Amino acid sequence: MPDTPQARLVVNGTPRSFAGDPRRTLLDFLRLDLGLTGTKKGCDHGQCGACTVIVNGRRINACLSLVAMHDGDDVTTIEGLGSPEALSALQRAFVTHDGFQCGYCTPGQICSATAMLDELRAGWPSVVTEGLSGPSDPSDDELRERMSGNLCRCGAYSNIIAAIREVLQTEPREASA
Amino acid sequence: MSATYDAPDRRNLLDHMRQGVIGKPLDRPEGPLKVTGRAPYAAEYDLPRCAEGVLVGARVSNGRVTAIHRDEVSAMPGVLGVFADPAMLRRPAQGGAGKAPAQDVTQVDYKGQPVALVVAETFEQATAAAKALRIDYEDSSDSAHFDPDAAGVEPPKKPTDLGDLEAAMRDAPHHVDLIFRTEGHASAAMEPHAAIAAWDGGELTLHGSFQMVAYNVPELAASLGVDPARVRIVSPYVGGGFGSKLGISHDAVAAAVAARELGRPVRVVLTRQQVFESVIRRSETRQRLRLACDETGRLVGLGHEARVSNLPDEKFAEPVTQATKFLYAGDNRRLAVQVTRVARLTAGSVRAPGEAVGMQALEAAMDELAETAGIDPIALRKRNLPDKAPGEGIPFSSRTLVEALDRGAAAFGWDRRHARPCQTREGEWWIGMGVASAARVNMLAPAEARVRLHPDGRVEVESDQTDIGTGSYAILGQIAAEMLGSPIDRVTVALGDSRLPPGAGSGGSFGAASTGSAVLRACEAIRAELSSRLGVAAEELTLQDGLARGGNRSDTLVGLLGGDMLEETGRIEPGRTGKDYSQATYGAFFCEVAVNAFTAETRIRRMTGAFGFGRVLNAKTARSQCLGGMVWGIGSALTEALQFDLRDGHLVNHDLAGYHVPVHRDVPALDVILLEERDAVASPLQAKGVGELGICGAAGAVANAIYNACGVRPYRFPMTPDTLLDQMPDPF
Ligand code: FES
Ligand code: FES
Repeated sequence: MPDTPQARLVVNGTPRSFAGDPRRTLLDFLRLDLGLTGTKKGCDHGQCGACTVIVNGRRINACLSLVAMHDGDDVTTIEGLGSPEALSALQRAFVTHDGFQCGYCTPGQICSATAMLDELRAGWPSVVTEGLSGPSDPSDDELRERMSGNLCRCGAYSNIIAAIREVLQTEPREASA
Repeated sequence: MSATYDAPDRRNLLDHMRQGVIGKPLDRPEGPLKVTGRAPYAAEYDLPRCAEGVLVGARVSNGRVTAIHRDEVSAMPGVLGVFADPAMLRRPAQGGAGKAPAQDVTQVDYKGQPVALVVAETFEQATAAAKALRIDYEDSSDSAHFDPDAAGVEPPKKPTDLGDLEAAMRDAPHHVDLIFRTEGHASAAMEPHAAIAAWDGGELTLHGSFQMVAYNVPELAASLGVDPARVRIVSPYVGGGFGSKLGISHDAVAAAVAARELGRPVRVVLTRQQVFESVIRRSETRQRLRLACDETGRLVGLGHEARVSNLPDEKFAEPVTQATKFLYAGDNRRLAVQVTRVARLTAGSVRAPGEAVGMQALEAAMDELAETAGIDPIALRKRNLPDKAPGEGIPFSSRTLVEALDRGAAAFGWDRRHARPCQTREGEWWIGMGVASAARVNMLAPAEARVRLHPDGRVEVESDQTDIGTGSYAILGQIAAEMLGSPIDRVTVALGDSRLPPGAGSGGSFGAASTGSAVLRACEAIRAELSSRLGVAAEELTLQDGLARGGNRSDTLVGLLGGDMLEETGRIEPGRTGKDYSQATYGAFFCEVAVNAFTAETRIRRMTGAFGFGRVLNAKTARSQCLGGMVWGIGSALTEALQFDLRDGHLVNHDLAGYHVPVHRDVPALDVILLEERDAVASPLQAKGVGELGICGAAGAVANAIYNACGVRPYRFPMTPDTLLDQMPDPF
C-alpha cells in the first residue's frame, strides 16, 4: 500500500479531513465517510451527472475525482444548498414545478443548475450561444444545452427547465451558496 | 363489502366530497426531502459494521463454473469472503412472480450473469478483489443461440385468428404489408439496484429498491429458504424502476446470503454496467403489420404478428399486440406473438411492456395506410373505432380517443400540416408533422391500505405500496383528505415497508387506482362510523376541514371522535369488471420534427399529448407521468437501442455512454392535455392508470412526422440517421 494520502477540505462550510485509501472517490467520501448521501451515484463513470457537486464554485462529477485530489478545496453538496425547512430558490422551484419524479437525479440537477446559473451570470458562452460573450437573455435551448450532462430517466426535463427559468427570471443576481 | 370489484361503483364518491383536494395539482409531500438530498434510497442507510459486496459477472456466454480461485483473493486487503451460494440468483424475478427466480450461479445462462460475490471491509477493496478473482468455466457457448434472426421460433401462445386475413388483404382496394423492427430497451432507472441486508437472529431486514414489496418478500424468502414472516423489506424511496425493480434481482439475495454468513450487514450495489448486463431488458421485436381497408377507409383486415426473444424457460414474451387487440376494428384478424430463445440477459417488463413497441409500429402502419387510401390519418383512426372489443364482444368501459385526437389536433395546430411530404424546408432541415393514437390496457391489482383517524383529526395512510416517482405519496394522501374532510397538511402517508398492509405495488400502471381504491374503502368504513356517531345516513354525511355535517346536525370531527382513534383497512381485488369490459387508457400524440437533409439526423421540435385515463387524482403528478412517458417515446424513437454482439450475446453498450437515453437537449417543451373522464368500471375512484400511456404510440408519431418531413418511411426503431440516410431525397 502506498503512503496514505491526506486531504483537508471544507464541505458545506465544515472542515473535514481525509486519510485513507487513495482509490476513494470524492463521491464515496461524501456518501460513505461523511454520510452525505444526497449526492447520488448513478453510474460512477461520469455519464449521468447524479453525483454533481460544486467545488470552488464550479460543478464537477464527484465520481470522476479522487478525494485525495481535493486538499484545500471548498465543496458544496445538495445538503449545503438548503434544508427541507429552508429550501434554496431552485429547490423550491423544483418542488412547485415538479422538476423530479423519483428524485434520484434531482440533487445533481439542482447542484448543476445552481452552478450553471453562475456560469450564465459570468457570461460564459455555450455551444448554442451566438457569439462568445455569453447570452444576455438565455433561451430554453441555452438552458437545455447547459444541463445536458444531467440525465433524468423519469423524464422531468420540461419541468426542470421551467423551474430553472423561474429562478433565472425572479432572482437574476442570486449568488450560489 | 366484498373486496372483489365485480360491479362498477357508480356512486362516484369522490365527486360528492367537499374538501376539494382530489385532482388538484398539489406539490408532492416528499418533495422537500428529495430536493435537499434527505430522502434515503436503498444504499443510503448507515448500518454499523456494514461490509461492502461487489458482484462478479460471467466471462462466458453459456456454460458452467468449474472453479473459483478464492484463495488468490482472500489474502487481499480487507477481503471477508467470496460467495457463490446455491441460493444466489442467476436471473432476476419477473414482475409479480412472488416466488424464487432461477437460482444456482454455477450455471451460466448469459454473458455478464453474476456468478460470485466478493465482500470486503470497503467498496474499493471489494472492487479490487472482484476484478482479481479468477474463475474457470466449462464453456458451452457453441450450443447457444445469440442471434434472434437465426434461432428457431416457438409456436405462438393464444393467437387471435378471426375470418380470413389473407383474403381480405387480397380483395381490399387498399392495403399495406410492412415489416418493422424495434431494438431492445433498458429501463436504466437512475438509481442502480441496491440492497443492504441485516440479520437479527433469524430475522432479515433488507433495505432495497423495489416496485412491488408484497411480491418481493416471498421472492426473497423463497430464494433464501426462510419464512416470509421473517423477512422485512424497507423501500420508501425508489430511484426509478420502469419494470426493472418489479422482481428481486441479484443484489438482494447475494447481500442476504453474505450477511447471514458473516454475521454483519452487507451492502451490494450493482454497477451501472451490471444493471445493464444482468437485470431486465425489453426484447427487440420484428413485427409484420398487415392492414386492409375499403374505399371509405374502413378496416377489413388487420394482422399484427411479432417475434420477440427471451432466455430458455422464461415465460415472459413482450406482449406486442396487446393494444392491437382492441384498438381498431377489422373483421379479419390475425394477432400472434412468437418467442425465440437466445442467450441474452432476461427479457421482461420494461415500462409499458407490449404497447411501448407494438403501438409505434401499428401507428406507423396506420399512417401509411391512410396515405395509400388517400384518407386523412385522423379520420382513418376515427373511422375504425369498434363498438365492442373485436373477437370478445365485450363493451369498452370508456374511451377518449376521439376527444384526444380532436383536442390534441387543435392545441397542436395540426391544420397547418401539409398532407404531402417534403413541403417545408428551413435551411438544411426538412420539417414535418405526425400523429399517432395512444392506447394501453388498464387493470386493477389486489391491494390493501390502512387508514387511521386520530382523536385530534390527524390522518395516517399506510401501505407497502411504493412510490417510484409516480406520485403515490401525493395521491394517496389526497384521496384520504378528500374522503375524510381533512386539510392535506394533516395527512401523512407511509409507504414501502413490508410491515404495512400489502398494496398493489408499482407496475402495469395499476398502483394508483388499486391502492387508491383500498384507501378509499378504508375511508368509507371510517365515514360509516362517523355518520352513525353523528346520527345520519352515510350518504348524508359531509366532512370538510374537520367539521362533520348531515341532516340538521353538525359537530367537529374531534368532538365526534371523542378521544377515539378510528382505524380501518380497505381492500380491493380485481373482479368481474375486469372481464366484462375492455378497459384501456387512450390518447393521441402530435409531433413536429426537423430532419437534416444532409445527415438525416432527426430533432423533435414540439410534441403534444392528450390523454384520457379516468379521474385525474393529482394534475401535477399525472402530467409528470405523461411527460416522462413522452420522453421515453422520444428515446425509443431516436436513440435507445441495446446492441448485442451476435457472436457471443454480450451487451456492447452496457452503460449510459453507449445506451442513449434522452438528455435535456433532446427534449423540447412538451405539451400535455389531461382529459377529465370518469370510469366507474375501472375502479371505485373512477380512475385508471397513467404511468405508461405516454409512451404507447409516441414513437409512431415521430415516425410519421419524419415521413411527412422528408418522404422517407422509417421501418426501424430507433430511427437513427443510418436507418434513413440512403433513402433521403436530394438535399439540393
Ligand atoms: S455517478 Fe457520477 S456522473 Fe454518474
Ligand atoms: S427524477 Fe427520476 S431520474 Fe430524474
